[in-house]
Amino acid sequence: MEDKEIYTELNSIRNLMERSAKFISLSGLSGILAGIYALIGAWLGYRTVYGKGFSLQSREYYVSDEGTILQLFFIALAVLLLSLISGFILTLRKAARKNQNVWNPSSKKLLLNMAIPLVTGGIFILILMLRGYYGIIAPASLLFYGLALVAASHYTFEDVKWLGIMEIILGLIGALYPGYGIIFWSIGFGILHIIYGSIMHFKYDR
Amino acid sequence: MRSVLEHFDKAFENRIRLQIMSVLVANENYDFNSLKELLNVTDGNLASHLKALEKEEYITVHKSFLGRKPNTTYAASELGRAAFIRHLQALENLIKQQKQ
Repeated sequence: MEDKEIYTELNSIRNLMERSAKFISLSGLSGILAGIYALIGAWLGYRTVYGKGFSLQSREYYVSDEGTILQLFFIALAVLLLSLISGFILTLRKAARKNQNVWNPSSKKLLLNMAIPLVTGGIFILILMLRGYYGIIAPASLLFYGLALVAASHYTFEDVKWLGIMEIILGLIGALYPGYGIIFWSIGFGILHIIYGSIMHFKYDR
Repeated sequence: MRSVLEHFDKAFENRIRLQIMSVLVANENYDFNSLKELLNVTDGNLASHLKALEKEEYITVHKSFLGRKPNTTYAASELGRAAFIRHLQALENLIKQQKQ
């Protein structure tokens, strides 16, 4: 066997091991979009709560009238749905371009491992809402999202783990400052997603 | 040269068999259809190579049902894992030796 032949053989084995165990069609662009939706959502939410004035001071009181809560809930839901839809579409496109199947053992494991902390967090947040603990909803969403990312990172790019750890740290700090929920939420879901999505886009998508 | 070649595993001479083994070493287990898609081979071709690896006892086969559809998954055995690592080591050694 020629030297070069062995090299390509070893490389193709390494590539196959990686490709079979990890889902690498995740699109970086969808991260950027999710970040933008989150920032728009945060801005709409801010207007809903504070009106048109602009101040980033903490509040001693919590939002408690049901109309506002419901409005915030629908804004958050819209951000989530838009992010998921563009994530799916862009990932499908990237997989098609790379000639890969989206529904394979690694994507299944990825979704399952992500779903456990996400569903737990979703239910927990609904319980918080029902019981009126509005102040820690934003940090709780960051925490559970971060945990979901760390769990998912075993089945996709390593980088996802670091995004997850940063979300967890933000969530913990946010829990210490309940009045600033919207700021931590905007950093975690908005700015971090945009930064991370750009890194992924330039590192893997091109 | 001879000492290097004796670690080459005959079972892995075929490229597809080596590929199957690398997927199974990297994953806890893998099912037939996913393996077929990943390696881009035909049913018959894949089945015959899996049989060969099974005969060497390099892989274990687990048959079950998903609803009514049969679902066969494969996993690397300890023996197969060791053989795979030895084979890769031999490939790498070969490169090293030729460099000298």
